[in-house]
Amino acid sequence: MALLEVKNLEVSFALRHGDLVALNDVSFTLDKRERLGVVGESGAGKSVTGFAVINLISKPGRITKGEILFDGKRLDQFSEHEMRSIRGNHISMIFQDPMMTLNPVLTVGTQMVETLRAHRKISKAEAEKIAIKKLELVHIPSPERRLSQYPHEFSGGMRQRIIIAIALLTDPAIIIADEPTTALDVTIQAEIMDLLLELCDAQDMALMLITHDLGVVAEVTERVMVMYAGKVIETAKTIDLVRNPRHPYTKGLINALPGHGECDQENRLQQIPGTMPNLTEIAPGCSFHPRCDYCQDICRSTVPELRQIGESKERWVSCHLVGKGQL
Amino acid sequence: MFAFIVRRIIQATVVMLVIGFIGFSVKHQLGDPVRDLVGISVSIEEREALRQELGLNDSFLVQYGRFLKNAMHGDLGYSFFYKRPALDVIFDKAPATIELVFAASLIILLISVPVGLYSAIYPKRFFSKFAMGVSIVGVSIPVFLTAIVLIYVFAVQLHWLPSYGRGETVDVFGWESGLLTIDGLRHLVLPSIALSSIMLPLFIRLIRSEMMEVLETEYIKYAWAKGLSRRRIWMVHAFKNTLLPVITVGGVQLGILIAFTILTETVFQWQGMGFMFLEAVERSDTALLVAYLVVVGALFVVVNTVVDIIYGLINPTVTVASR
Repeated sequence: MALLEVKNLEVSFALRHGDLVALNDVSFTLDKRERLGVVGESGAGKSVTGFAVINLISKPGRITKGEILFDGKRLDQFSEHEMRSIRGNHISMIFQDPMMTLNPVLTVGTQMVETLRAHRKISKAEAEKIAIKKLELVHIPSPERRLSQYPHEFSGGMRQRIIIAIALLTDPAIIIADEPTTALDVTIQAEIMDLLLELCDAQDMALMLITHDLGVVAEVTERVMVMYAGKVIETAKTIDLVRNPRHPYTKGLINALPGHGECDQENRLQQIPGTMPNLTEIAPGCSFHPRCDYCQDICRSTVPELRQIGESKERWVSCHLVGKGQL
Repeated sequence: MFAFIVRRIIQATVVMLVIGFIGFSVKHQLGDPVRDLVGISVSIEEREALRQELGLNDSFLVQYGRFLKNAMHGDLGYSFFYKRPALDVIFDKAPATIELVFAASLIILLISVPVGLYSAIYPKRFFSKFAMGVSIVGVSIPVFLTAIVLIYVFAVQLHWLPSYGRGETVDVFGWESGLLTIDGLRHLVLPSIALSSIMLPLFIRLIRSEMMEVLETEYIKYAWAKGLSRRRIWMVHAFKNTLLPVITVGGVQLGILIAFTILTETVFQWQGMGFMFLEAVERSDTALLVAYLVVVGALFVVVNTVVDIIYGLINPTVTVASR
């Protein structure tokens, strides 16, 4: 049984003129120690998916359909109080911008100790000991002294390390990292990513990495799920997806990477024409069809199902044309 | 900290010099002390001699210089009405005003914080909408009307509370306090409610809007993701950040509150500086007016300094020394 299993998840935002569906029929699994990448453009529903797992979707959003099973338990049916014992305890999150994530008026020590004491019955001194150990794990020098400092006394990279240390405090089973390196300098991005990877391995944690950066996904994850306009359109083993993308949108994403596709020094980077639609104006049929080079009549009228393609059990694509001799 | 204090003293000196200048200009232009001093039977020649003796014929600058010199020695002039040094009169009246402002601030603090936080956390609940509605009305009612309505309802109709004066007071080391007797406290209720009514709605709305903004931040969302209790998130993570702008604005408003005591004290015949000020205006007791300006100015400076220190203590990104 998978550690985390999300089935047919639907998330809607209650707006004045009716519900806006942000996630539509999203299903995926995450095994113990597995690293899953969630890829897509801004607004594709990546972050919402991550937050839905710990039932922390910004209002007025809510889970309207589907199941979330963690260790066999239905998280979507948990009360707020029960959910609190999961968040930051069994499932930790790492946010995008380390400059905004830590509370500016509380010391790093306070923010670490409170997390531990919210989930364990331990003294402040014991909690500090654990905090120091975790800070050492993320290579923060002289952690005892650092505990009494405020977030503004740390650089962005250091803060993200601290946030990783906070995520590790309770030895969670899953870490959900929402664009953990997007806000950092390129040189520090690689450092933080390597650290995260190393720690997930050493601590037996599963990682759900939400990002728009296919390069990072290719390096870090084992399996990847591509999202578009609130839907999963392709999932596969990372290596298969990068080498052989099947969905036209995934192909476009890969081709848009420098050093991929038909791009060389003379040619410009290829881009996918158009932009992702606003969730209120999603086209009928396949939501990608207005931007798709291969669009046919069926794409405009019928919503494609996510189907298993080819030999690998991991490869699923939501496109009418894939695997029918056309693509 | 030392540099901070030195800088503060320099700033305060400049502020006090400016206030002194304004005060002196008012004194110089307003009224004629000789006319107030003598009766109608005194001849023009005798008046002129008195003028010369009092130095009123000297140039503006010479008189200002003399004023400053005297002020340094704690002499802000002589009240014609009270026949005492103006500063002594003010110091006799100050405790009444300070206690009134203190009580009003306490009411503001005790009501605006819980109401502001509640209506930020539950903006859609009936109580929150009710509080917001009332605060809009409250902001628009002038303080003298509030005061008169309070007197009419609680003193005239219900006979629950006294309508004027300070009641029984106790002398504590020269400080005439109404806080230590039941009668004094009963007399304090209506004036302090009236005085707080101007600022209370403003503070409720300020705390609410700041808190709502803080609740939307990433670090609050992160605090939820860490699985903290609601109490901890609201009362520690959010409230501490809400306080920062509230303290800044609060410091300024507290000063304005002192100014508003003029109206409140007049309606309630409260024997404080504000009431005295209005009487001094009617009597053209210019020395008293100038002394009032200087003392209130000094009070402003002290309050603002205290606020800055508190702000520095709460906000770790600001060291007091660099402000």
